[in-house]
Amino acid sequence: MAKQHVVVVGGGLAGLAATMRLAEAGVHVYLISMVPVKRSHSVCAQGGINSVNNYTRQQGDSEWLHFDDTVYGGDFLQHQPLVKEMCDWAPRVIDLLDRLGVTFNRTPEGLRDQRRFGGTMYKRTAFAGATTGQQLIYALDEQVRRWEADGLVEKFEYWDFLGPILDDSGRCRGVVAQDMFSMETRSFAADAVVLATGGCGLVFGRSTMSMICTGGAAGRAYKAGVKYGNGEFVQVHPTAIPGTDKLRLMSESARGEGGRVWVPKKPQDDRDPRSIPANERYYFLEERYPKYGNLVPRDIATREIFDVCVNMGLSVEQDQLCAYLDVTELSPETQKKLDGILEIYEKFQGADPRQVPMKIFPAVHYSMGGLWVDYEKNTTTGGLVLGSQRNQQSNIPGIFVIGEADYQYHGGNRLGANSLLSCIFSGLIVAPSIENMLHSFSAGNAEDQPISLFDGAVKEHEAHADRLIKNQGSENPYQIHKELGDSMTRNVTVVRNNDDIKSTLAKIEELKDRYQNVALSDTGDWTNQNLSFTRALGDMIMMARVIAQGALQRDECRGAHFKPNFLTPPMDADDPAELHKQAQRWCKAFKEKNDRWLKSTIAEFTPDGPKMSYESVDTSLIPPRPRTYGLKGAEIIDEVWREMGAQAKTEQQAGAGTAN
Amino acid sequence: MAKTIPVKIKRQDTPHDGSRWETFDVPYESGMNVTTVLQRIAANPMTAEQQSSTPVAYDACCLEEICGACTMVINGRVRQACSALVDDLLQEQADSIELQPMTKFPVVRDLVVNRQPMFNSLSKVKAWVRVDGYHDMGSGPRVSEATQEEAYPLSRCMTCGCCVEACPQFNDHSPFIGPAAISQAILFNSHPTGAVDREDRLAVLSDAGGIADCGNSQNCVKVCPKEIPLTDSIAKAGRDTTLYKIRQWFGR
Repeated sequence: MAKQHVVVVGGGLAGLAATMRLAEAGVHVYLISMVPVKRSHSVCAQGGINSVNNYTRQQGDSEWLHFDDTVYGGDFLQHQPLVKEMCDWAPRVIDLLDRLGVTFNRTPEGLRDQRRFGGTMYKRTAFAGATTGQQLIYALDEQVRRWEADGLVEKFEYWDFLGPILDDSGRCRGVVAQDMFSMETRSFAADAVVLATGGCGLVFGRSTMSMICTGGAAGRAYKAGVKYGNGEFVQVHPTAIPGTDKLRLMSESARGEGGRVWVPKKPQDDRDPRSIPANERYYFLEERYPKYGNLVPRDIATREIFDVCVNMGLSVEQDQLCAYLDVTELSPETQKKLDGILEIYEKFQGADPRQVPMKIFPAVHYSMGGLWVDYEKNTTTGGLVLGSQRNQQSNIPGIFVIGEADYQYHGGNRLGANSLLSCIFSGLIVAPSIENMLHSFSAGNAEDQPISLFDGAVKEHEAHADRLIKNQGSENPYQIHKELGDSMTRNVTVVRNNDDIKSTLAKIEELKDRYQNVALSDTGDWTNQNLSFTRALGDMIMMARVIAQGALQRDECRGAHFKPNFLTPPMDADDPAELHKQAQRWCKAFKEKNDRWLKSTIAEFTPDGPKMSYESVDTSLIPPRPRTYGLKGAEIIDEVWREMGAQAKTEQQAGAGTAN
Repeated sequence: MAKTIPVKIKRQDTPHDGSRWETFDVPYESGMNVTTVLQRIAANPMTAEQQSSTPVAYDACCLEEICGACTMVINGRVRQACSALVDDLLQEQADSIELQPMTKFPVVRDLVVNRQPMFNSLSKVKAWVRVDGYHDMGSGPRVSEATQEEAYPLSRCMTCGCCVEACPQFNDHSPFIGPAAISQAILFNSHPTGAVDREDRLAVLSDAGGIADCGNSQNCVKVCPKEIPLTDSIAKAGRDTTLYKIRQWFGR
């Protein structure tokens, strides 16, 4: 019998976690990555990783509350069994990382230190300075190197994943990839393929994401038939540093450690910010959200910064939209914990954020949506059946998706410091699912499949590359990318209006046509980065359409998806009785909105564009509720919602009583 | 007309070809870095002499100086292209910017080099913590704040290659593994669980290409973008290998 192999595409936290766990089980892994895995985008994660811990537990925290914060933060758009299982595992995930030697910050007693992040009242976040993602990926990279030395892992770095290979029955039998140095294209026979290929920030031109986050790999899987879920849910991080090549993240940990967001009350006040007295500063997050303050979830912080800078005209500068993120008042010890990110600001902006408030503005940051994956619910625990072959498996048998590339865990908005967790968690749990699949394989191993299956796939991709190289057109791929990014950022990010989205969809169609006339400035057959980029550009245009189409169709506000024209009007009555009535109407409208829109968008590839459908969401563990985060003036909503819930329960019981 | 900056780039088509210089006049933008310069050239690969050329091949990933990908020699100094700001470079050297690939690794194409030898060195010194397995075994060992504060800076090494580029002892006729790998060996030796492989690491550092090959020029620590105290690690490695050899003489 031929040997069994697994291909893991992508060597960020998710891919490495899956690889090391598979290798531990004795499974041979081909690890394919566009960059040396140690340089994957996970290094950019700064703030930390969440779990309930001994400290928060004594304040009343629990796995359940972490779960509750996550689904409330995500506006209830995620399947709850997955989230519950993840939060239950979180303390164990962090223990494992600790054992692997991650240099977590310590308390004087030698325990792991924790900080607070957005969307929670608890200090759940373990961290290693302000470079936690880097420290975690290094720990996993080291483990995978150990398995590589033992011969269980073979790395193919600087290889570009071109697509899965499907047999006649539709099962995945391997992948085609291209060596980005020699440009050799070859197939890898594999009995399972794990896509851990991250997000698609480059669809928006500049974002906080790395240059490799094109969404190209996800696009190629989508084109091969993997469904794409909730594409329109894209996180825009509230605090990034504008730049000519990318928008650099300024971690939420700056606020977690006490940093405050403000603008001068006087528009474009040109005084030195340090000389502006406190009563002339508008600490708008603290004033509008007294409970969570600067640590409201990201979608809310982003919209408020946008509102203050754009709608109220209070941007710090005239010609560049920005607000202050101020850590100057923190103690030197606290500032030291933020050194990693403060250095970034200092290096790229040439000002010391310990002395001068930072100028920040929101930027595209994370793809909540992604490739569709299945799961098997454990009806006893409400979590997952661990080891089930359904977990993290896509609609194409043999293709699994993990990490940011999948569409689960974060719903409509991801909480800070939950992504490192979901990446590692999904990587760890996919391994036993794959092991079980390999053991129960009745379909014959991939290596036993006819050679023509693999050669045919390679030839197809070679022909595609050849077409791009020989194309005699006049369009510049970098120009098309710039126009795509500009239109997507303008119309499909923080504030969305249907007319604007339609104009972007028209733009995407135009760019798709112009892409047919694209001309490469490099037609060589050695380390041709022009080819890799242009190929990915085709995928970006395709994924932009999935994102924009999903956004157009979803006529509501949920998490990061905000359409002012479909906002339930806020209450404005002064009379308490009238206010109560307004709140009742608001809650009724909220319920109707959920009945209509609490569902995941599912896109399927067709040559004519995405075919859209919807999937209901498992909210069986925590019923959806209005997401107010203690907004000043909205207390009545929470009150009325509780009343309505209690009333419904009474009626239900009364109904049950009559029936008896 | 808007200001342009002459950018002189050492180019090489394949590992087997010779190199040549090409100059591109790149329009100046406020706040731009060398990565932006390379992006603008890719979008319009026209030399200063108005000859059409090919985009310059270069490595780039995070653009935040945390992945280590975009290391190259910029105005004669090894550093990351993303954090090399054009305004600063023009202050160092007013008339032009000069880009070359690192010289201590085989050139793949243009500014892309193959740094695989550095990753191989990490394997050689067993730069990992050998845990029993990935199942739940409770938390890791307690670590004092002082120990974490020593380990964290070493653990920020992004294998970018600056230290070995600047090291006179690291070259193709020497087996020297270089400062980065030595520092990683010290990092893992200092970890309570990592220390189980301590003697193996010291054996590698005591062997040919190990600590004895360090010429103490101290260039490494000057060019490290993360300000890792590499020379402290090297000094510690010197002491530890001496004690290791003494232990070997006494047969234990």
